[in-house]
Parts: sequence; structure tokens; C-alpha cells
Amino acid sequence: MKKYFKTGEPYVLATGAALALILVMTLTLVGVVMKNGLGYFWPAEITRYELADGTIAMGQMTAREKNPVSGKGRIQVKVGNRDMYSQDFRWIEDSDISSRSIPADAVLVERMEHGNFIGFLKDVQPNGLAVDGAAAPLQKLSQARAALEPRLDAVKKLRDKMSSINYKSEQLRLKILKLEYKNREQNSDRIAELATEREKLTEEFETMNSQLAQMQSELTQPRGIFEDASGTVREIALTEIVRIQRPNDMSVFAKSSAYLVRIKELLLGNPRESNTEGGLFPAIFGTVMMVMLMSVFSLPFGVIAAIYLREYAKDGLMTRMVRIAVNNLAGVPSIVYGVFGLGFFVYGIGGSIDQLFYPERLPTPTFGTGGILWSSLTLALLTVPVVIIATEESLASIPRGIREGSLALGATRFQTLVRILLPMATPGIMTGLILSMARAAGEVAPLMIVGVVKLAPTLPFDMNFPFFHMDRKFMHLGFHIFDVGFQSPNVEAAKPMVYVTTMLLMGIVIVATSLAIRFRARMRKKYQTSNF
Amino acid sequence: MTATADTAQTIMDIEKLNLYYGDKHALKDVSLKMGKNQVTAFIGPSGCGKSTLLRCINRMNDLIDNVRIEGSLRFDGTEINDPATDVISLRRRIGMVFQQSNPFPKSIYENIVYGLRIAGINDKAVLDETVERSLRNAAIWDEVKDRLNDSALGLSGGQAQRICIARAIAVNPEIILMDEPCSALDPISTLKIEELIDELKQKYTIIIVTHNMQQAARVSDVTAFFYLGELIEAGSTSRIFTNPDKKQTEDYITGRFG
Repeated sequence: MKKYFKTGEPYVLATGAALALILVMTLTLVGVVMKNGLGYFWPAEITRYELADGTIAMGQMTAREKNPVSGKGRIQVKVGNRDMYSQDFRWIEDSDISSRSIPADAVLVERMEHGNFIGFLKDVQPNGLAVDGAAAPLQKLSQARAALEPRLDAVKKLRDKMSSINYKSEQLRLKILKLEYKNREQNSDRIAELATEREKLTEEFETMNSQLAQMQSELTQPRGIFEDASGTVREIALTEIVRIQRPNDMSVFAKSSAYLVRIKELLLGNPRESNTEGGLFPAIFGTVMMVMLMSVFSLPFGVIAAIYLREYAKDGLMTRMVRIAVNNLAGVPSIVYGVFGLGFFVYGIGGSIDQLFYPERLPTPTFGTGGILWSSLTLALLTVPVVIIATEESLASIPRGIREGSLALGATRFQTLVRILLPMATPGIMTGLILSMARAAGEVAPLMIVGVVKLAPTLPFDMNFPFFHMDRKFMHLGFHIFDVGFQSPNVEAAKPMVYVTTMLLMGIVIVATSLAIRFRARMRKKYQTSNF
Repeated sequence: MTATADTAQTIMDIEKLNLYYGDKHALKDVSLKMGKNQVTAFIGPSGCGKSTLLRCINRMNDLIDNVRIEGSLRFDGTEINDPATDVISLRRRIGMVFQQSNPFPKSIYENIVYGLRIAGINDKAVLDETVERSLRNAAIWDEVKDRLNDSALGLSGGQAQRICIARAIAVNPEIILMDEPCSALDPISTLKIEELIDELKQKYTIIIVTHNMQQAARVSDVTAFFYLGELIEAGSTSRIFTNPDKKQTEDYITGRFG
């Protein structure tokens, strides 16, 4: 036995076991997230339960557990119809169920508001829409929805027009404000001119608005008539219906395509119902844009700082202290950066920008409030130590002979740096960038005080000049997880969304870093220093 | 102590050179003249200061903190250590080949033209001409002419070292410093480099540091023997190897110590 320990074999095994443990934990995490997240969009079977007391419940089973009080089995059913029974979920004891069935005609209606409706489609009131009266209710409904489509498009077009008018009018208002601020008397003519222009726009907007109101009230007229499991009749306006399914009557193929449609909605759609339903596009966009902006700031600054530290600074007490400070900076809690960002970027720099360039808008802040620019800068500050350390390491690992070879040929230090050292250090710099991107994408705490919001009315990018609106607040997947999971009014219904969002965030980090890793591998191949 | 082969014109004149690494006195009162178009070999045991002296000649020691140099090093009449001397043009006139071959992670072509590019020469015709001339002079043209755009990192040690020599002669220096250029090479590559040195001597002045006494005897016209930072003896190679003045030199050459 002693001899066995002497061979060193057990220690090798121990290192292997430690690695295996880490792998198992990581895989478990990913597995749990995938299992809970991926299943969410699969159209689950609707079961009708007849209970012992004669009442009927209908819904999708979401969990099974032992009742902690009685010790008997019970199931959790998503019954939907929150607007009627105030709760989406209900626990049913196994012993209370007298019979169960799977009605083929049970429908699941996803609504714009109030969550899902689960029940049966009875009839359609087309109210002016062209519908084949003899067809089955479900066909009638889809015909009516198709006929409604052009009208919805018209509404959307009108809305777009209105928002562009709104934008123009807002720009005019700000122009007038500026002129008034500069010199009211001198600019009075111009101001009056702009004011009439603005009035015209307001008028136009008002006409459109009343037009819109009328169109919308007309649109709510066509309704579907539904009945829930216990026979209560419910009318649902067709515009309220996001989609309608009969999961018990769907083939695997139909379910798969429904699944893909949901994934597409998730990636490209806007959130509904205080973020617990619908898509995550604004959050995905915000996260990606914030991370890219962050890289734009932190990469050059980190690389330049590292170059100075490694190549030009004399190796004295000062340099060593700076290096220690940089290393410590990487360990400061991120919320501290958030507070710093709020004080320095938002109130300090942003406030000064407002004073200098937008004094007429005060006290309404323009840059003096949280926004995507300040968030990116705060996170850049948070991740810059990682870039500095990685760049320094990779510069230090370049053999001395290469440097001397370049200098001996009459190159200046700067030429050596640009032509030889930086290209050779690129793989290391990329490593720093990868780490900092992963860190920035997942960071939430500092963002909460420098610019992330639960629901941003507009993206930080649109077709109005200057396209990227750095002052706007934005949505972020990490904050979305926190918000949906812990701040949502309907936590149980939001739970799957938390997993889905987590999955997306991980996916974005993986995509971004694998792109960077591929680039790094290419650079490595080009600049490997080994001779043989 | 001064010595050159009598006929040669002096190109490098070192007088009373002292060099300190912090407190360590690494070169002690070294005085030596080197002739144009000659091969001068520095020999001596490890740590005797021969590489340090070599690196004084193109001011490579500037890169090391804590180095102090006293005395005079005159190259073609200009004082090398004068702060006013333009290091960049000095290094362009005095090329260097290192112990470890150090090709840049670029193509063979780009390695050769590196010195020209940093001097601002980008004329394709000039570059092409230089590449061919340098590679031919370094006796490696035939081996690499078909793969000039391949990475120089894929070459063998001997080839890489000859690429480094070609890179050094591409900028047309007057002197080439070689710091143990063959110590990492196999005997065949070493032979090739030695033959090359013989060729290059027609056009360039060569100063070579070597541990290998046979090599010094084979390639050099003048040999200088260093011991513990002092120049013990210098003179024509044939004399140093057959009839040295000093006992220490004889002991080192015959292998009794070192």
C-alpha cells in the first residue's frame, strides 16, 4: 500500500477526480437549464380531470410531487384562465381524481393579456369578416384571423407613421427649446415658424389617433366564443389571440413546427405580460450591443495600458504598484463599479454633457441618466484589468530574441511593437477579450444602477439619425432573469421563462466566445513561435 | 593591447572599454582594433565578457537596465557610445545574427525585407531584387526560392539561421556581428554557415563569438581571447593557435581549462 502511494498514482487519480467533479457540476447546471428551458415551448397535452367533488379541471400537468403534509401524491396542473379564476396553477391530489380524459378538441389559446386560456372553441362571431358559415368553428376562426390580417397591418402602418410623426414633433420641441434658451427675442420668428410646424404635426397626429381608436374598436368586434372546462362561456376578441392550438390533436410534426414558431418568436418578438411571455428580442439586442460597445472601449484601453506597463515603463516601485492595483481592480465587487459608474459617468460626465450641450432640456436629463453608453463604460472599466493582465502576459511570453532581432535590424521600439510584438500577442489579447466578454455579458448588479430597465420603450438602435442612441436605456438578459424570476407578479408562470432566458444568455456567451476563440486559433497558427 | 592583421584598414577601434552591470565589472579595460573585411573571432570560457563586448558594438546593451559603459568604441571615426549617435542608423550599418535563430513569424520573403520595410522602402522591384541577392549570398536561395511566401517558422534550425543571416545582409551592413551562430546547429548546418562566413568576408567585416575553438581556427583571421572580462591576448589566428604569447591562452586553446 505504501509502495502504491509512493508511485504517485493516487495523486494523479485525485486530480482527475477533481476535474471530473467540476465537469459533473457544470454539466448538471447546463442540463437542468436545458431540461427546464427547452421543454417550455413544446405543446403539452391537455388533460381533463373529473374530481371527486364533481367539479372539473382541465390543463397541462407541469409537476408531480408528494404532498408535504399528507404524504400522498399530487400533481400541479397549469389550468390557465387567470382572468376567471385568478390563478394559473392548481394542485390536485391524486386521491381526488375520479377520472381523466384527453379531449381531442381542447384548445389552448395564447392571449395578449391574462395568460393562456384552456377550454373549447364553440363558435365565431365574424362581425363583418368574410367567413364560411358552414365550416367548423376552428376553421372559421382561422379564416377570420386571416381576413383580419390586412386590417392589423393597416393599424401597424398607421402606428409606425404616428411614431415617426411623434419623433419629428419631439425634435421640433427640442429645437424650439434650444432657440428659446439661446435668445427668445431674437429668434422669435423662427420659433413661431417651428411652433406652427409643430402644431400641424400635432394636428395630424390627433387625426391619426382618432382614426386609430376607431380602427381598433372595430377590430375588437370579431370574437371567438369559448367555453372552459366547467362550461363558463368566454368571449375573446380575435385581436387578443396570439395563437390557438389543439395540442391533443397535433402530430409530432405539427408540434415540432409549432415549437420552432415559438423559438422564432422568442428570438425576434417583443415581450408581453410584464416580460413573462412573448419574445426577448430587445433584451438580446441590448445585451449584444452592450457587450460589443464594452469591447470597443475596454480592448484598446487595456491593450495600450498593458503595452505601456510592459514595454515602456521602467520596472520600479511605481510600475509594481500599478500592476498590483490593476490586479486588485479585477477583484472589486461589481456593484462598487456600478456605484462608481453612477457617480462618475452618469452624474459627473453625463451631467456635464447636459450642462454644456443640452442646457435647454434641463431639468430633464439627456445623458445625465443611466443609458447604454454609461453601462458599457462601467463594464469596460470592470473588465479592463482582465485585458491588461492577459496582454501583459502575452507580451512577456514573446522570446527576447525576436525583439532583439527586430531592433538589431534598425527598427525603432515602436516599429518592433507594431510589426512584430502586437501581432504575436494577439492570441493572448483575444483570450483577455473572451474572458471580459463572458464576464460583461453575465454582469447584472452594476447595470441595474447605470441604465438597465425592465421594459425599454425603444431599442438603442433605430432608423432615425444618428442610428445608435447612446443615451437610451436598454434591456438585458441577465437583468431579465432577475426581473422575471423574482420581481414578476406571476412567479410560477414565469419560471420556465427564467430557464429559457438563462439558456439564451449562455448561448450568446458561447456564440460570442467561440467566434473569438476561432479567431484566436487562426492567429495562433500564424504566429506560433516554436521552430519545429 | 591592440592587434590586427597588418595589412587591413581599421574599421572598429575599441579603447579602454569598461562595462558594469550594476556593481559587476564585466569588461575591464578592453582595447582592440578590428580590420575591414576580416573575420575576428572572440573566444573564451562562458561569462568572460565576449558576448557583452559584441553587444556593445551595436548598442544592444541599451536594452538592459543598470548598464554603465566607459571608454571609447569608434566605428569608422564615429563614437558609438556618444548619446548623439543615431542608434537606428548605427544598427543598420552593423547587423547581428543571434545564437538562437530568431526568424519573425512572417513569410520568408517578409523576413528578408523587414529591414528595408522599416526603413520605408516598399518598392516591389527593389524588395524582390534584395530578397534574391540576400538569399543567394546566404547560400539558401535554392532551398527556399519556391516557397518564399511560406512561414519562416517552418524551416529547420540551420535554414532558419541562414535566413537570419540573409535578413542581416539585406540591409547592406558594413559589419556583421555573430553571437555563437552555430551553437544550436548540427555539424552539417555548421559547416554550411562556416563556408558562408568565408564567402561573406569578401564584402563584410565579421565579428564572431564562438565557443568552438576549431571553428575560430577555421573561419577567423584574427582571434581575441577573453578571460574574466579581460582581453588576454589578440592576434592573427594562425599565431594565437600555434604560438600564443600568454600561458592562459595556451592552456585554454589546448583544453586544459575552460
